[in-house]
Amino acid sequence: MKIHKYDTVIVGAGGAGMRAAIEATKRSRTAVLTKLYPTRSHTGAAQGGMAAALANVEEDNWEWHTFDTVKGGDYLVDQDAAEILAKEAIDAVLDLEKMGLPFNRTPDGTIDQRRFGGHSRNHGEAPVRRSCYAADRTGHMILQTLYQNCVKEGVEFFNEFYVLDQLITEVDGVKKSAGVVAYELATGEIHVFQAKAVIYASGGTGKFFKVTSNAHTLTGDGQAACYRRGLPLEDMEFFQFHPTGIWRMGILLTEGARGEGGILRNKDGERFMEKYAPVMKDLASRDVVSRSIYTEIREGRGCGPEGDHVYLDLTHLPPEQLDAKLPDITEFARTYLGIEPYTDPIPIQPTAHYAMGGIPTNVEGEVLSDNTTVVPGLYAAGEVACVSVHGANRLGTNSLLDINVFGKRAGIAAAEYAAKADYVELPEDPASFVEEQVERLRNSTGTERVAELRRELQETMDANVMVFRTEQTIKTAVEKIGELRERYRNVAIQDKGKRFNTDLLEAIELGNLLDLAEVMAVSALARKESRGGHYREDYPNRDDVNFMRHTMAYREVGDDGTETVRLDYKPVVQTRYQPMERKY
Amino acid sequence: MATPTMEKTAAKTDVSPYITVTFRVRRFNPELSDEAQWQDFQIEIDPKERVLDGLHKIKWDVDGSLTFRRSCAHGICGSDAMRINGKNRLACKTLIKDINPEKPITVEPIKGMTVLKDLVVDMEPFFQAYRDVMPFLITSGNEPTRERLQSAEDRERFDDTTKCILCAACTSSCPVFWNDGQYFGPAAIVNAHRFIFDSRDEAAEQRLEILNDKDGVWRCRTTFNCTDACPRGIEVTKAIAEVKRALITRRY
Repeated sequence: MKIHKYDTVIVGAGGAGMRAAIEATKRSRTAVLTKLYPTRSHTGAAQGGMAAALANVEEDNWEWHTFDTVKGGDYLVDQDAAEILAKEAIDAVLDLEKMGLPFNRTPDGTIDQRRFGGHSRNHGEAPVRRSCYAADRTGHMILQTLYQNCVKEGVEFFNEFYVLDQLITEVDGVKKSAGVVAYELATGEIHVFQAKAVIYASGGTGKFFKVTSNAHTLTGDGQAACYRRGLPLEDMEFFQFHPTGIWRMGILLTEGARGEGGILRNKDGERFMEKYAPVMKDLASRDVVSRSIYTEIREGRGCGPEGDHVYLDLTHLPPEQLDAKLPDITEFARTYLGIEPYTDPIPIQPTAHYAMGGIPTNVEGEVLSDNTTVVPGLYAAGEVACVSVHGANRLGTNSLLDINVFGKRAGIAAAEYAAKADYVELPEDPASFVEEQVERLRNSTGTERVAELRRELQETMDANVMVFRTEQTIKTAVEKIGELRERYRNVAIQDKGKRFNTDLLEAIELGNLLDLAEVMAVSALARKESRGGHYREDYPNRDDVNFMRHTMAYREVGDDGTETVRLDYKPVVQTRYQPMERKY
Repeated sequence: MATPTMEKTAAKTDVSPYITVTFRVRRFNPELSDEAQWQDFQIEIDPKERVLDGLHKIKWDVDGSLTFRRSCAHGICGSDAMRINGKNRLACKTLIKDINPEKPITVEPIKGMTVLKDLVVDMEPFFQAYRDVMPFLITSGNEPTRERLQSAEDRERFDDTTKCILCAACTSSCPVFWNDGQYFGPAAIVNAHRFIFDSRDEAAEQRLEILNDKDGVWRCRTTFNCTDACPRGIEVTKAIAEVKRALITRRY
């Protein structure tokens, strides 16, 4: 075991982590621990753009953007946070441009903007061009630009270091962050990083679903590490299903395709979104479009021999426009489906895409240990966190924005805290939890296989807690997850070595997914209403009287060692906007 | 539900999409042996699936010790460049049906880099070469309040080289790099190109001088291996040629 000391430690090197690192490195001695090489993070898979009311191509302002974000989140958004997001969006985009990001340009040479789902002019009048983009690889360009600037600033990276535990020490009755424990993939060595400030920026949890746009590596490691140490997770029942994933594979096809004029069609060729969202049509918010697609499929209007998908039709768009604005996704269709999007519609289905919930933070990125108490020295930003700017449903282009605005805020806040704070004493034997976990898996003689348990988890999640949920389906999921958690105790791996043992890490990641799947299902079961991405067929309406509140889930361990999820609730911050019925 | 749907569903179940494919994988684990060796795995797989799916099948159902990097699984993150049937490709962008599954499919680590375990290589020298070309925007003077202006035409000038995902497929397909790891390699030059031809950047001269080095662009022998290998379709050899030309003409 090795012990390192840094002012600030950042966990994860996607957009949020590297945006934070650029700020923190200027202000404090900073280390970035990342399980992947920095440019491998899933920020790079984001396509369509980053919202900001620059008003470069038509009238727009940040107040409209705030409203759209609040409405898009089905009023579960904390409005003070949404206002910061929309207001600071403009500088966030300009910062990236100055760092070198090659945005597409208008004829005047300013940053070009395009339409995106749920973004509207004057509180819902009509779609507005607010998304700043670089073809359909905006996330790739953000990730590259941030890494380039990390190189410029000399950010110190520990590549292929898996953070497996959060260290918390109680000082005078206050829980404080003392550091993290990481596993070095190359050698199997365990490292303790003592740090005055820790920032989680480790991304989402999408791999507990089968059809997902998420990378294999999105296994909720940060959420799980904090949850295991008694910190709450907020609004985990809210998961976004992106309408247009490649059929069966789940690979993302950007909403920008519809922003450029693409149309969703059922097997009769009907533009069915006109029925469900007369104003915004194909550009309604993602939860609305995903439900509409599944309604078409369930009512027998799906395409293909099994009627299990619909089409994204780009054939009416000029090939030059597809080449210039959507080169990557048209290539995905050619590579993975053998389809030519110039002439043929692309089979799509909703795909598990984004966790709205996560580690609760305030607008400075400080992690909360209950509804109001800050954990000194602990921060989170990006998909791992819940500020909450996305509420019950995130708008497209608001996640690339979130990582930049709150990544920057967390980076500054953490480094400033570290500048004046002392190190918190490490707990006795700080690496013991990770050492035991690793040794148990390496020495296990159990009979269960990681891949089989993961397959069963993904199948039950897809079948029971996807776009449509009922008490019955969620209970089925809760039971199945409980069974899988039992069987997980008996899991064994084949690779017993120390060097690049990805077999071992996949087993640990599965444990994280199981913990988080349980939190999600238990939170969903208790929310007896429909709001944003959480749709209950048995409670099809939003219920502001009983459920206009955030879910806060805590891990409880009984005297006999049994683990349960305890739910509590937190009020939503409302400033300007009173909840209204949500129509697109 | 419409009748045709039922008929087609029935028809579909008659034919299994699965075929038997042999994966011939180059294995190396210094914890067990100093020698690398080939190992064959036979798996049942739908030929429309990716080579990465095949590797996962092996790892998840047959031999958990098989080690490779991967993340996004659709050609964006650049983790899984490997040598498949003798050619550098991303395992997640290569469909089994496209590489003749009748014969064994060979999978090896990319060449010219130190193999650490199975398909995992040491990427550090590769990233060091990238960092050495100053891959970030360099400007002087005060920053404007709003964005810097750039015409669509100027933006287009370096569009191709912004696509790079740093997978190393190009660099590790280059015979010059195989013979001499000191050569910057195509990927670093591509990333220098991305800034040299960006109208907002002011450090083209410095980058050109770095690449004028004995290990720089002049080592390129224009074999086009890099262009063939690039999973993002970047015209790598052309980009290198443009950097060479800029070194002579000092125009960019």
